[in-house]
Parts: sequence; structure tokens; C-alpha cells
Amino acid sequence: MSEQLVGVFGHVDTTVDAIERLRASGFGDMTVYTPVPVHEIEDAVERERPLSRVRLFTLIGGLTGTSLGFFLTIWSALKWNLITGGKPVVSIPPFIVIAFELTILLGGLSTVLGMLLLGRIPRLSPSPAFDPRFTRDKFGVAVRCPAGETARVRDILTQTGADEVRP
Amino acid sequence: MSDQRLTTSEPTFADVNRDVIRTLSSPGNLYFGWMSFVALVLAVGILAWTYQIWVGVGAAGKRTPQMWAMYITTFVFWIGIGHAGTLISAVLYLFRARWRTSIYRGAEAMTVFAVLTAALFPLIHAGRMWFAYWLLPYPNQRSLWPNFRSPLVWDVFAISTYLTISVVFFIVGLFPDVAAMRDAATGRKRKIYAVLALGWEGADDQWRHYRRAYGLLAALATPLVLSVHSVVSWDFAMALVPGWHSTLFAPFFVNGAIFSGFAMVLVLILPMRYYFHLYAYITDRHLDAMAKLLLVTSLVLTYFYICEAFTSWYSGEEFERASLFMRATRQYAWAFWMMYLCNCLVPLVLFWKRARTSVTVLYTVSIFVLIGMWLERFNIIVPGLAFDFYPYTWGTYVPTVTDSAIVVGSFAWFFIFFLAFIRVMPSVSIVEVKETLAHPFKRPRPTR
Repeated sequence: MSEQLVGVFGHVDTTVDAIERLRASGFGDMTVYTPVPVHEIEDAVERERPLSRVRLFTLIGGLTGTSLGFFLTIWSALKWNLITGGKPVVSIPPFIVIAFELTILLGGLSTVLGMLLLGRIPRLSPSPAFDPRFTRDKFGVAVRCPAGETARVRDILTQTGADEVRP
Repeated sequence: MSDQRLTTSEPTFADVNRDVIRTLSSPGNLYFGWMSFVALVLAVGILAWTYQIWVGVGAAGKRTPQMWAMYITTFVFWIGIGHAGTLISAVLYLFRARWRTSIYRGAEAMTVFAVLTAALFPLIHAGRMWFAYWLLPYPNQRSLWPNFRSPLVWDVFAISTYLTISVVFFIVGLFPDVAAMRDAATGRKRKIYAVLALGWEGADDQWRHYRRAYGLLAALATPLVLSVHSVVSWDFAMALVPGWHSTLFAPFFVNGAIFSGFAMVLVLILPMRYYFHLYAYITDRHLDAMAKLLLVTSLVLTYFYICEAFTSWYSGEEFERASLFMRATRQYAWAFWMMYLCNCLVPLVLFWKRARTSVTVLYTVSIFVLIGMWLERFNIIVPGLAFDFYPYTWGTYVPTVTDSAIVVGSFAWFFIFFLAFIRVMPSVSIVEVKETLAHPFKRPRPTR
């Protein structure tokens, strides 16, 4: 059985202290809520995580767009030959424009798709640790720990300067 | 007064939420007055378009050779307006220009609405607008596809991509703010914002993917914004008309677009700052930075004007030279010289530091720039077509009540969106403004 404790912090440095202390004590399973992305907190939280895979979505989407653009233009030009001035039917320079625009279009859309999928958005119901103050000016550290360890976690959160600790 | 306090001390995180959410409280009679006026103008425009659809495009004063006239002029104008928004939200984001944060939401909304306005014009301009879908590549029985070698088809792709990516970028930027609105609201409003916020909570894994996605979108939007107006310029440059057939056109159009867009940003932001008392967020520093960009783009534009005139003279090509000569001396000469006045001479006042922070001067200059940039597109399209290779085909365009009403109506269409937007969504980014403020630290912050 694991339980969850949430510490509400008013400052960046105290939040970072809490994250570091918790991790040092072996409570690595936590979610940090911030009103804005903060470098110091990101540094502390993301040290052991791989880079976001959103860029993979962008790459795949973009390349799909490029190939779709060239495929559509070349295929349709060959399907209905429109020979003007004896010039090649497959005229690459104008097709680059279409391929470029489709690269950006599909690249952009798949980036957003990636963000939504990886960030698990939309969420239908708020998570129990969330507090409306986290979108205003408070920082939250939600820690999952074994049922017997809540006292230790509560101590760490209080000692590092949490304004409030709640389950 | 509480507003006085805001101008003197730097706001805290909670102040930002409070001040931005305050802008969404019930607006006064002034707002509804403007809204009614704009709606009225829009109604006249819609009526004029209906009339034009009924009797045909002849109602718009179109006679050969003047088949493009004011509609395409205004189309290029509105696409250009959009560019400054993307420049502020994407290019300045990549360059980490911190002053952009308090104006970028307004500028981005402007982009979306300007492109929406521009997208109307190809439809209005088309003789049988109910066949506009023929422009799109879709499978059909006769396997007829658009001619992908035509710049007009490139335009369809460029503008629909630009509209889609601008909207996506706008929405992605908006939704952490909508979450903040949700947490401050109560009752029915809270439910609506809760749906729109998609359950955003600001958890670390959400921010992680969000930030990465936002950076990538900015990186995609940057080449896009440069490409869109280049493609629009190729609508002209790919044709053989004297005065149009030039390699100068792509950078010339992109620069002009940014120039006019910044003027429009100022026209929208200055009243917004006044009515919403956003002096703590949009300071003289922001005005100064925007004025400098206006000045730089004006100087670059002057350089392009000189290049344009020089190359047509130096080319030794009779038609090129004649085209320029006719533009400067014949029936459209007033527009030609007015354009130089508005775009090259008036912005020079911004060399003076006090002018760059004076609201009156900035507003006046911006209005001049908007007029000048509209005239620039007019000068390319109308006199360009008026004096072709062959004197037999020369012709003067005279605006009619119908097309003037539609053009004026397009401004109403733009403003009705913008006015509605500032009423329902935060017109200043809550999250990004907070990012640039001093973060709350208990101990003195280590210097980085």
C-alpha cells in the first residue's frame, strides 16, 4: 500500500531543497507542480529522465509531410501530363514549395499530438494531489511512499520549508 | 490609486493572475458601443458581398485588365499583418527576447484573425465562390488535380498551413493560462474553462513535453512565416507583368509584412494597455523595442524601394522603365508618392528617443504605416496591371461602393474577432509574463 503526501511551497529554492532531500532519502517517485516552468526545478527533477520524445513525433510528422508533398505533386503530374514548352513533366522546383508547406503542416500537427499523448492530456478529472494555487503562485511536491514512511516524508517536507503538508 | 502602485513596483506571481483576470470582468458601455459599431460595419460588408454574389464580380468594378484590384491588395495586406504576430511569438521566442512576453498573446491573436480575414479574399475575389474547393487537391472521377506549378496553388497550401499552424500555436500557448483562469473562476465559467484547459495541472511531466513541443513549434513557425509571404509575392513575381517579374519580391514582401504587422500590433496594444491598465506589464521599454523594430523594417523597406527603382532603370528594359515611369507620373501617382511619405519618411521620427516612447507619436506613425503598406500593395497591383506591354490593354480601375464596402467590412470582421477575444481569453500571457518576473526565492538567489 502506498500513500501520497503533498507539500505546498511558496518559494523556488525551498522546493528544490525538498526535491533533493526526498530523492536522497529514497523517495524518488514524485510529481512536481509549478505555475511556470522554472529552470532550477527542472534541473532537479529531470536530471535522471530521458529527453522528451516529442521531437520524435515532429521528425516523423515532418518527413511524412515532405514525402507526401512530393508524392502528391509528382504522381498527379504523371497521371495527367501537362507538357508546357517541352519542359519536364516532373518539375521539381515548384513541387518543393508544396513539399515544404506540408512538412511544416504535418510536423506541427504531430508535435502537438505528441505533446498531448506524452503529457496524457486531456485529463478528465483532476488528480488528487492538485491544488488550484499551483497555477497561481505556489509550488507543489506530491510524493508517493510506502504507507509506513509518511511520517519521514512529512518531516522532510516540513523541514525544507513547506507552508502546508496534506495527504 | 491601485494602478499607480503597479507602475512603481514589480508585480508578483499572484499579482499577474489578479491583473490579467481583472481584464475579463464585465466590460463597460464603451466596449458594447464599439462592438455594435463594428457589427454594423460588418453587416454592411456582408450585404455588399451578397449583392456581389448575386450580380457578379462586375459589381466590384472589375474590367480587364484590372481583375485583381482592391481584393487582392487587401488580401496581401492582411496576410502581411499576420506576420508580426508570428515573428513576436516564434522568432523572438527562439532568440529569447524577454520583452515579447507581455505583448505576444495579443500579437498572436492578431495573426490568427488577420489570416482568417485574408483567407476570405480569395473567396470574395473568385467569380463563382461556391467552386472554391476546386483549388484543393481531392480525388475525383476524372482524376483532375490542381496544377502544382501554379503559384496560386502554392498560395492555397502556404496560407492554409499558416492558418493551421498559427491557430495551433495560439491554442498551445493559451491552455496553461486557461487552467489558471479555471482555478480562479467559479460556477458556470469554471466549468467552461475546465473543459478548455484539458485538465492542465502544471505537473512536471506536462511541462516537460509542453516546453519541448513549444520550442519545436516555434522552430517550425519561423521558416513558415518567411515562406508564406514569399509565396504570396511569387503570385506576382512568377508573372511576366512589368514591375512584377522580379527576384526582389520575396524579401521585399516579407519585410513589408513585418513592418505593417508591427504597426498593427501597436494600434491594438496601446488602447488595450490604456483600458486594461496594463502599464506594469507593457512598459516604455516594450514600446521602445517595438518602435525600433518599426524603424529598422522601415529603413530596410526604403532600401528595397531604391533597389526596385534602380534595377528597373539599370535593366535597360523599356517596359520595366515605362512601368515605373507611369506609376510615378500618371493617374496613380498620388498613391505612389503617398506610399513613400508613409513608409519611408514618417517612421524616421522614431530615430528620436522621446518619440519612441510617446503614445501619440507611435499611434500616429502606426496609422501612417498601415495606410502606406496598404498603398504599397495597391501600387504593385493596380498601376502594374494598368500599364501592360500593349497600350490597347491599358485601363484604369475605379473603386465601386460594393468593393469598398467589402474592404471596409473586412476590417470590421477582424476587429469583431479581436474584441470578442479580449473579452473571453487572457489577452496577456499569465505564464510567460511570470516567467520573466523575479521568481520567489526565500534565500538570496545565486547569480547565474
